[in-house]
Amino acid sequence: MNFDLTDERQMLQDGLRRLLADSYTPAAHKAIEEGDTGFSADIWNSLAEMGVVGALFGEDDGGFAGAGFDLALVFEEMGRVGAVDPLIDTAVLGGGLVAALGDDGQKKLVDEVIGGGAQLAFAHVEPTSRYDLARVDATAAKAGDGYALTGRKAVVVNAPAAEHLLVSARTSGKAADESGISLFLVPAGAAGLRLRSYPLVGGGQAAEVTLDNVPAELVGPEGGAYEAIAAANARAVLAISAEALGLMEVIKDLTIDYLKTRKQFGVPIGKFQVLQHRMSDVALEVEQARSAVINLAGHVDAAPEVRDVHVSATKNLIGTVARLVVEESIQMHGGIGMTNEYELGHLAKRLTMVDHRFGDADHHLERFIALAVA
Amino acid sequence: MDLQYTQEQLAFKGEIASFLKAKLPERLSERIRQGQDLTKADMEEWHAILNAAGYLSGGWPAEFGGAGWDAVQRHIFEDEMSKANAPRIVPFGLSMLGPVLQAFGSKEQQDHYLPRILNGDDWWCQGYSEPGAGSDLAAVRTTAVREGDHYIVNGQKTWTTLGQFANMIFCLVRTSKEGKLQEGISFLLIDMETPGIEVRPIVLIDGTPEVNEVFFDNVKVPVENLVGEENKGWTYAKYLLTHERTNIAGVGFANAGLENLKRIARLEQDGGKPLIENPHFAARIARVEIELMAMSTTNLRVVSQAAAGQAPGAESSMLKIKGTVVRQEINALTRMAVGPYAMPFASDALEDGSNAELVGPDYAAPVTGEYFNNRKLSIFGGSNEIQRTIISKAILQL
Repeated sequence: MNFDLTDERQMLQDGLRRLLADSYTPAAHKAIEEGDTGFSADIWNSLAEMGVVGALFGEDDGGFAGAGFDLALVFEEMGRVGAVDPLIDTAVLGGGLVAALGDDGQKKLVDEVIGGGAQLAFAHVEPTSRYDLARVDATAAKAGDGYALTGRKAVVVNAPAAEHLLVSARTSGKAADESGISLFLVPAGAAGLRLRSYPLVGGGQAAEVTLDNVPAELVGPEGGAYEAIAAANARAVLAISAEALGLMEVIKDLTIDYLKTRKQFGVPIGKFQVLQHRMSDVALEVEQARSAVINLAGHVDAAPEVRDVHVSATKNLIGTVARLVVEESIQMHGGIGMTNEYELGHLAKRLTMVDHRFGDADHHLERFIALAVA
Repeated sequence: MDLQYTQEQLAFKGEIASFLKAKLPERLSERIRQGQDLTKADMEEWHAILNAAGYLSGGWPAEFGGAGWDAVQRHIFEDEMSKANAPRIVPFGLSMLGPVLQAFGSKEQQDHYLPRILNGDDWWCQGYSEPGAGSDLAAVRTTAVREGDHYIVNGQKTWTTLGQFANMIFCLVRTSKEGKLQEGISFLLIDMETPGIEVRPIVLIDGTPEVNEVFFDNVKVPVENLVGEENKGWTYAKYLLTHERTNIAGVGFANAGLENLKRIARLEQDGGKPLIENPHFAARIARVEIELMAMSTTNLRVVSQAAAGQAPGAESSMLKIKGTVVRQEINALTRMAVGPYAMPFASDALEDGSNAELVGPDYAAPVTGEYFNNRKLSIFGGSNEIQRTIISKAILQL
């Protein structure tokens, strides 16, 4: 039992923390907000150069780390600066799925991702699927040597910047069956592919994707993509939970600073016990969140029945604590916490949106009951 | 980062598990599992078994006859004990007074009292709280006035847990009214047989006489019973509280309680189906289980820091709050799980040797009592509000 970072991870953490502190200036945040991809190409390139993308992949896939604790480390640091880079979409989901299912030719895309040269998006969620991973209505029909995809995909994060979409579609079975789901590669600009792009609350860009007989290339076995999607989803839950932890830590620090400096009734408001105790509860729950991230990081590559208990336990706790941290921090900041200019706003919005990806607290409570209680 | 125990730790865990399998009397573990009270003889029997195996003093340093376990080993031991439904070790002599004497006691005190703690000659209780000194412990008013070779002690202690079984009490007494309140307190060891001491039971809301009031009327205590220096007692008391807090999360108790709750929820019927299939109730269980999973890891993080030589600091205040809230929630859910059978008052039937017939399923009898009894968890050892103040001062520096 050991909760210390290895030397390699300590080096990665130090380097990444420095890089992000230098990169994510207020001016950089503003430029990203005004741009149309949802992130900065310069920052993305320096992350790839430092090996941050490679740290999310195992050696077999051309990376150099890839364990749960590597993901947790990288994404906690990203969260600490409110970073908006599409690492989850391009690397954890897109790259991760191609690495798991692709043939040798397709896997060249993973090398490009690790080198920083390719952007991907995973088009899986549909307008009515909510958080159910197996609910896929989009269809794939054989067409010549390949397939033709038809359907709609919802809130596809990073789709506007992606050179390739990874699209899930049904080759057999009914709407909620795990079997019969296949994965396809679709290049941006393919015939019949339409994107309606928009910015997201808390940063980043996404698109509503409509597919109308879009020619596509199968990735992995026909009808057998579900387990790889579930595994990639588990790693994405870990990534976004660790990012949430980083956001919580920095919001907590901002709020403590504010309690120490803001004076009312002639004293710093942090001298009031009613605020001290609320802040103590926030700090305590953030420690619970850290433990939940550690638990999932230690089990993300375990057998599915063990892994999924931790996925749901962690995501439920993160969603619950995130709401407490956001609402308490805005309340304790008072009026300044309501302004768009103050940095809390971006962080609070980004942390709130965590509950809307890969299953919210209620969704995972229900999953946890099915897996561990009943 | 590694969530697994080392080979040595796994071997230790196996050793403790097989010891418990071989030596823990089923009569005792069954009483614990069913939430029944233990007698003084039961507790002494279990202490003697642990002592014979060298485990009673496992956490003590080798120079005082202990095994010198580190924090991880202590955690493993406590965890295995809870899993096996072993009676908990009565902490007053072993994990409260023992470490204070080892750190601050005289050679004579160490030689005399430490072996007696282990072999069961002395049963200690704690004389800290007073009617006017609860969370504000430094306000103790029980006085000890030096007269020749003795202190004359007058005053009252309260909430003295298991004081009815004790022959010795360690007390915080006021030896000076000069300066700050904390600077006039001394740490005194008192024989309960001394004339002038009276113990009166306080019956708690679950019907058990678990705690007592202790009155001191001109009680003569030899000066050699002073621990350390006069007026330095506050330092020793704080040291003791740190030791008391190392297992403050009570993860083992919470795990055992959760398992019992799930067992009951599978047996209880609700609308013709097991209660555990009621989605509303299942969600309550799931929430507390998820909190407990995270808290177990928070606890291990603190344990692992302590094993690396860092003293448990204000992090233990976080564990105290979360640990007690989780255990109280489990108690509340267990009470709700048994439905109407939470209502029969079963205190007498849970006593050892009682022939009273239980009403309803046997698992229902203790749950209401335990629910009320464990309201104490967020009050004693520094109330959860005191812990929040400690966190905001020591960690958040507000």
